[in-house]
Amino acid sequence: MEFRDNEAIYLQIAGYVSEKILRQQWPPDDKIPSVRDLASELQVNPNTVMRTYEYLQNQGVVYNKRGIGFFVAPDAGANVKQMRRARFLEQELPEVFKTIFLLDISLEELEQRYTEFKAAQTAPLPISTVTSNGQ
Amino acid sequence: MVRIRNLDFGYSRRVPLFQNLSLSLDRGHIYGLLGKNGAGKTTLLKNIVGLAFPWAGTCLIDEQPAAARRPEVLEDLFFLPEEVYAPALTAEQFVAHTAGFYPRFNAEQLYEYLQELEVPRGAKLNKFSHGQQKKFMIAFALAANTGLLVLDEPTNGLDIPSKVQFRKILASALSEERCMVISTHQVRDLESLIDTVVVVHNREIVLNEEIDQLAERLTFATGQEAEAPGAFHTGMSVRGPVAIRPNETGAYSRVDLELLFNALTSADAAPFYAYLNQPSHASVQ
Repeated sequence: MEFRDNEAIYLQIAGYVSEKILRQQWPPDDKIPSVRDLASELQVNPNTVMRTYEYLQNQGVVYNKRGIGFFVAPDAGANVKQMRRARFLEQELPEVFKTIFLLDISLEELEQRYTEFKAAQTAPLPISTVTSNGQ
Repeated sequence: MVRIRNLDFGYSRRVPLFQNLSLSLDRGHIYGLLGKNGAGKTTLLKNIVGLAFPWAGTCLIDEQPAAARRPEVLEDLFFLPEEVYAPALTAEQFVAHTAGFYPRFNAEQLYEYLQELEVPRGAKLNKFSHGQQKKFMIAFALAANTGLLVLDEPTNGLDIPSKVQFRKILASALSEERCMVISTHQVRDLESLIDTVVVVHNREIVLNEEIDQLAERLTFATGQEAEAPGAFHTGMSVRGPVAIRPNETGAYSRVDLELLFNALTSADAAPFYAYLNQPSHASVQ
């Protein structure tokens, strides 16, 4: 996994885990990889992954069964979406703003492009897949 | 786990390598030991594991002097030197001769690691290439499951896929009970694996700090931000100017170990030391 320079690694790993949950590769109430296994897969210090899991636990995305491991919370999808929204607004949007400002792109142009983009999205967004497949 | 207090050491009476050096290392961490050529990284490791004897001061492992080389200390300690010695034995023969010294040695783990590192089975170790010998010894060192594992430049001589496998194995091998110390010049090889940086410079330890703590207290700035006044250290990279500054906004920036090392070993590092040594007031998490 390639890490970016502007966000703590444990948060980037939280993003990675959230992605797996949103895509339902890790469905609700399933056990997620152990700290050791994920650390090994991502080639990072296990203490970093532990920090990620504790953070996700506080966010209500995973829960801990003592002695067994971490599991995907039943309402993880909604919590992930909320977490991702906050992360986007705080981390990614300022970067986008910086570029928009630098290149002098008007809000009208952005709005028009976003309307076109939304229209092109025939496939439902990942998060609505989660709810519609939830049966 | 490791306690060094007021260590004086050198190979010649006229040239002390360490003066009044102190260092504490605990279980559950992977320490990266950095230092310039000749700063004494390997010598420090030898003092830690009892292969060199302090002139003055103490080097303890679990409260026992390392130099006493007590069996109960040695069976819980593995030191892998930079240049490994590979005898004319097969893996199985080497295990039969050596594994008995390590009560927690796990043969199954060893052969798993050897497979992951693509070390061939069956041949005698001295017929291996240098890289293969090194990988065999790394696998053996990890499979010994000692509380203290000391690796001197482990990634030297490893090819690219082996470095990846090495990182994976090391990440899976750390536990609450183990303390790993790795000396290296190849900081990029181990950047996201080590959690604490130790820098030896000018006969003492000038830094022993968790990377997370460094990220909270320092900003590794690039571009315009790097050119503003008030930086502890500035440099040039392919991305343009870079600098280390106090972290005043709380924003995260990745700890650039190379820049940090250059800052700590530069001639005008005094203000930087002073800042790092003052108690951190911004420890509100």
